[in-house]
Amino acid sequence: MTFASIRFNSLLLASFALITSLILATTDSLTKDRIAESERKAAQRALLEIIPIERHDNDLLMDVQPIPEKFWSVLGLKKGGDIHIARNSGQPVAAIIPSVTPDGYSGNINMIIGVNFDGTIAGVRVVEHRETPGLGDKVDLKKSDWILSFNGASLVNPQASGWDVKKNGGEFDQFTGATITPRAVIYQIAQVLEYFSEDSERLLIEAAKATPEVQAANNTEVNP
Amino acid sequence: MSEVTVAEVAKNGLWTNNPALVQLLGLCPLLAVTGTVVNALGLGIATLAVLIGSNTIVSLIRNHVSDAVRLPAFVIIIAAFVTCAELLMKAYTYELYQILGIFIPLIVTNCAILGRAEAFASKQNVGMAAFDGLMMGLGFLAVLVVLGALRELLGQGTVLADMHLLFGASASNWVMRPFGDSYSFLVIILPPGAFLVTGFLIAIKNAIDNANKRRSAAQKTAPVKGAKRIRTTGHIS
Repeated sequence: MTFASIRFNSLLLASFALITSLILATTDSLTKDRIAESERKAAQRALLEIIPIERHDNDLLMDVQPIPEKFWSVLGLKKGGDIHIARNSGQPVAAIIPSVTPDGYSGNINMIIGVNFDGTIAGVRVVEHRETPGLGDKVDLKKSDWILSFNGASLVNPQASGWDVKKNGGEFDQFTGATITPRAVIYQIAQVLEYFSEDSERLLIEAAKATPEVQAANNTEVNP
Repeated sequence: MSEVTVAEVAKNGLWTNNPALVQLLGLCPLLAVTGTVVNALGLGIATLAVLIGSNTIVSLIRNHVSDAVRLPAFVIIIAAFVTCAELLMKAYTYELYQILGIFIPLIVTNCAILGRAEAFASKQNVGMAAFDGLMMGLGFLAVLVVLGALRELLGQGTVLADMHLLFGASASNWVMRPFGDSYSFLVIILPPGAFLVTGFLIAIKNAIDNANKRRSAAQKTAPVKGAKRIRTTGHIS
């Protein structure tokens, strides 16, 4: 009697699990392409904000260079990442570098920093953060255009001492009631610029090797 | 099986037994995502869809599932619906999906849903169960949206901000700023604000209920004045 009921119940539950997983598999296969497309668009939108479509003619998402492991700690990356190369008629114009600073007020601040190959900043965006709403979250372009004040800056403009908040004698504004967040962002951007001055020559050489034709060949090899 | 009318089910879900204000279920997403109307609307609609779906299926299978495995079976059904909702939101409203983040999969743990499956849908016919899901979902959605609207208005001084996340690019200029550009009131945006505003909403609902009770009590006692003679017919046994 007990065995019969155990068998009945387990079969019942198993059939439930089976039917629901079928439904889930169907939904998944129906939405998979659409989701991949949405993810791609979201990633691309952030890149396009930094290097607008007038400045380049390649596919920013596909044109990537891996970051050498020795630079991971400078950029704050734990698992490495890719640098996106923007080029105009084959010529590299700018690199978009991912970077993370752990020194925010709460948790990591993930950014992407676009640097022109002449060493000036093309644009910075905070991609993900958990800073205090109303105070530290002004690093987000949705809340304040503070992040645009980095456009055109470089390691020589301002000088090294200028890469700080105004309260500490730097060039960049702090926010009322919040200095930790902007300072973390400023320091990290300066660090990215230093990385770039060290690594940009290698990047240019690598990027020159990876012409669109070569990439197309590589991509077909990976995804036949 | 107790008989319930459509009107009772509707009134229960929207007011008397409102999942958020009376049963106080699903408070975690309620408090966490109601910073703006669009977030509240997104999570509310997802919860509504899951509630209708799970109530319907639970009612369909109510006579075929033994008591021993009833709860696990319900949980499987609810989890399946939530995962579908998550996939669909990811596919069609990706930015909103990113903002709501963990709270979409967490709909599974919203006790309002399992509670309705167990207390109502497993005892009623399919139509009534689906309708109950709709009404409970609407009741939850309404509270979410009111809360979101109040916190958005009082906290960051906007009305209908970021609606393009849900309604496409044409909705991005719906936003209004009645208090000017620089207004913000931090406490309301932060979690304590969610508790405060929810508390006030519950207080207002209770005040309305009490006022109604007093009025109907007054109406009942009024006619007694004239009739002082009590006639008894029939037996008292």
